[in-house]
Amino acid sequence: MRLLTHNMLSSNIKGVINGFPLLIEAERVVEKQVDFNLDFLKNMFSKIDWKALADASKTMGYDELPDEVPDPSVLDSQEFLQKFHHALLELHLEEGALVYPETGRRFPVNKGIPNMFLHEDEV
Amino acid sequence: MSSRPELQAPPEIFYDDVEARKYTSSSRIVGIQAELSERALELLALPDDGIPRLLLDIGCGSGLSGETISENGHQWIGLDISRSMLDIALERETDGDLILGDMGQGLGLRPGLIDGAISISAVQWLCNADKSCHEPRLRLKAFFGSLYRCLGRGARAVFQLYPENNAQRELILGFAMRAGFAGGVVIDYPHSSKKRKEYLVLTCGPPSLSTATPSAIGEDGNSCSDDESSGDEENQTVCISDRHRPRKKQKLTKKGKTRAWVLKKKEKMRSKGNVVPPDSKYTARKRKAHF
Repeated sequence: MRLLTHNMLSSNIKGVINGFPLLIEAERVVEKQVDFNLDFLKNMFSKIDWKALADASKTMGYDELPDEVPDPSVLDSQEFLQKFHHALLELHLEEGALVYPETGRRFPVNKGIPNMFLHEDEV
Repeated sequence: MSSRPELQAPPEIFYDDVEARKYTSSSRIVGIQAELSERALELLALPDDGIPRLLLDIGCGSGLSGETISENGHQWIGLDISRSMLDIALERETDGDLILGDMGQGLGLRPGLIDGAISISAVQWLCNADKSCHEPRLRLKAFFGSLYRCLGRGARAVFQLYPENNAQRELILGFAMRAGFAGGVVIDYPHSSKKRKEYLVLTCGPPSLSTATPSAIGEDGNSCSDDESSGDEENQTVCISDRHRPRKKQKLTKKGKTRAWVLKKKEKMRSKGNVVPPDSKYTARKRKAHF
């Protein structure tokens, strides 16, 4: 699972006020090469929750992203774009879990696939 | 025609390891799924500007439809309820991320970020009353509500599906409308029982030119004219009528198969070379019902 997807996932358990972002417990992280696409990165830059991405990236072992939301002018910087691309699309969480911070509820991640099934009482 | 899988078992049980592999190794199914996905992507009407979008593939299964999305240059996130199917998707090394989850529990995505959603042959599973009769409605509500929220403005959702009957079609459409979607049904090849394919095309936001239901494909591969059926504004079901095609078959009357129909059918069988009993005054005579 890439950080692109992690940035979209928001736990919709019943009674939860803010299910985003889910904390990452990284047991195994794999790097996979993905083709660089400038247009897609620009498209995603406005959608991404930057803080969640930066924190998640650090948990996955990649600490190159700025903590604060950078100014949109960074999209002209090739260096920044490479780092953004790497963090967003090339870091894969293979084994671990996504944890909902308020209750500690864990969604296990196996073979890169998060198990987001809710229990009967959580729907 | 084999029975519908939806009537045999819930999807996470029906699509076990054996079935999942069978499904994905059938070249016929792979071919059909690719066609359906291409058509669904076409109906999504994404802007032709070369910018890759972020799409959802709902009921992505073994990644057959996701491959089509990747081939068209977009990123996608797939959701499926069957672990076996997703395992096969992993084997096939799909580009999109996969999530194991139940669409009837809500999609669990942040609002307004998805550029479009497709679903091939999956949404009708939501209608199964696997447990109580209340559940499908709650599931449909959760699904369409969460889908509407996570789609960006102007985004579309296209579902290719096989509704069991008209009631199911109406049910699905009804919940989609209630969630705030506009749209309608596009039926390709409406007259061919084999080629006939149904797509539910939903749009977010107020109806406008861009949200008008696209035209369907008819028998000869050209677009049919479509007439809007009567109905209130909410229920915009598009009826496809083909003005050019003459009726070849004898129309079945309400009373069922008349004598004339039977005689014609027997003639047809004879011309094919089948052995057919000779016609007599007893042909198609009304028989007494046996218990």
